[in-house]
Amino acid sequence: MAIKAEHLNYVYGLGTAFEQCALKDVNLEINDGEFVGLIGHTGSGKSTLIQHLNGLMKATDGAIYYNGRNIYDAGYNLRALRSKVGLVFQYPEHQLFEINVFTDVCFGPKNQGLSRQDAEKRAREALTMVGLDESFYARSPFELSGGQKRRVAIAGVLAMKPEVLILDEPTAGLDPRGRDEILDQIAQLHKERNMTIILVSHSMEDIARYVDRILVMNHGEKVFDDTPKEVFKHYKELEAIGLAAPKITYVVHSLRDHGVPVDDNITTVEEARDEILRLLEK
Amino acid sequence: MGIIKTSKLIFDYIRRDEEENIEEIKRAIDGVSLDIKAGQFVAILGHNGSGKSTFAKQLDAILLPTEGTVWIQGMDTSVEENLWEVRKKTGMVFQNPDNQIIGNIVEEDVGFGPENLGVPTEEIWKRVNESLESVGMAAFRLKSPNRLSGGQKQRVAIAGVMAMRPQCIVLDEPTAMLDPNGRKEVVKTVRELNRKEGITVLLITHYMEEVIDADRVIVMDNGKVVMDGTPKEIFSKVEELKSYRLDVPQVTELAYELQKNGVDIPDGILTLEELMENLLPKFAERFPGKVTLGNGVKDGN
Repeated sequence: MAIKAEHLNYVYGLGTAFEQCALKDVNLEINDGEFVGLIGHTGSGKSTLIQHLNGLMKATDGAIYYNGRNIYDAGYNLRALRSKVGLVFQYPEHQLFEINVFTDVCFGPKNQGLSRQDAEKRAREALTMVGLDESFYARSPFELSGGQKRRVAIAGVLAMKPEVLILDEPTAGLDPRGRDEILDQIAQLHKERNMTIILVSHSMEDIARYVDRILVMNHGEKVFDDTPKEVFKHYKELEAIGLAAPKITYVVHSLRDHGVPVDDNITTVEEARDEILRLLEK
Repeated sequence: MGIIKTSKLIFDYIRRDEEENIEEIKRAIDGVSLDIKAGQFVAILGHNGSGKSTFAKQLDAILLPTEGTVWIQGMDTSVEENLWEVRKKTGMVFQNPDNQIIGNIVEEDVGFGPENLGVPTEEIWKRVNESLESVGMAAFRLKSPNRLSGGQKQRVAIAGVMAMRPQCIVLDEPTAMLDPNGRKEVVKTVRELNRKEGITVLLITHYMEEVIDADRVIVMDNGKVVMDGTPKEIFSKVEELKSYRLDVPQVTELAYELQKNGVDIPDGILTLEELMENLLPKFAERFPGKVTLGNGVKDGN
């Protein structure tokens, strides 16, 4: 088990007139090597939650265990935790600042106290992982396309060798191909390096295609925690909390409502195609 | 001539070194000639860096043509005397709601535009009321913008533009940072402004689903217009769209995949309803007595 949260509560502005409960008794477990999707409308507590998972924010009460140890224990090394649980913020390319791509990616490992040589080795590895070759190293990060910038930013986090990678809306603002490229790359990291991934996304289609399990947040509470096919069966409840299911879910349910015996576990276009072809005996 | 017309429009981003010598020229718009009719809902698609946003900025004279001409209601944007009139005619809404809201409370923010145009106070309040009403945000007029959701903030931004009484609104990826509900809210608001108030809308987006009921879809690639037609025409060309790094709505993709595998379905299916109309009779034949034709579940988006 990688991360476990127990009875997590967080209140913004505690003791002021603006007191607002952002997390309410959240319990969850993220296992090693899992690819988990985190969804919820704006203000549902997703971002607050992920900032707790690497110790950036401290819970008002409750506990978080990383590999079995409570990160709120006295003497726990939070700095080390932040290297192990890498967090890629929304629009991470806004945080690029160095004169070239390579130096920017070196920044993290250097800050971890690694020698220049080791930091550069890490940077090379990380840039390879996100599919950027040496021709990019000397380029200014500001000259790159949106998708490329974002890869550099993700490489900056990967260079710190995290065991868990949390990405907050990594595809926002990217064109459809750019979106697929980034997500495919992340899926590859998950598969080949067995990295634990937590993906925050507003795109139900992306979530359905990539993740093993979905956590749904609403008003600071965890309301669903299950496989995509189970969670998306509750599409009406999801709509009620400002979310939706992938478009394909509506196709499946519409067919079922008309008496077509189509499998309701379907969440992707490919699955729907195969099922419809099977039923029509094509 | 339509409300927006461009002729052989070219725009170059020119980078200069410290001595003002030209270091690099990047052509962002490369010979675009378009004529957009008043009252239309036009969507512009294209991958990151295809020139969409640069094009949008030409319509409000934020950028001026390197070559060629842009006319807004017949006014050449490169003529300096036209500048203020052009900017009154086209309103812009950008991606990040937090970058375009300046007022302490909603009504103040919406009133900022007309105030800057020198509109008399009484008239400003009238416009603030009407604009907030038209985007469904009247109940929030005394609220602080930073307590609003992303979708609500974008609607306030749209109201701010509406208060300047533009003929045309250009929205540059207004939903990129929003959750599904926020996206729905904004798209619905924009559609209503188009239908009820006859405002010409240019919507730049990466979400194919938002484009389905536009009157016209324009696809840009490398600074050029490469596709131009109705949503049905554009989304019939699945492979071509993918070659421009774009996509089709999931329903269209499913129909296309089924068609490729021998199911008899027409090109360019855009909505769940259309898909059902085409699929249900086939299933009724396959499972006699079990499958009912008629209205399906409500579409989620």
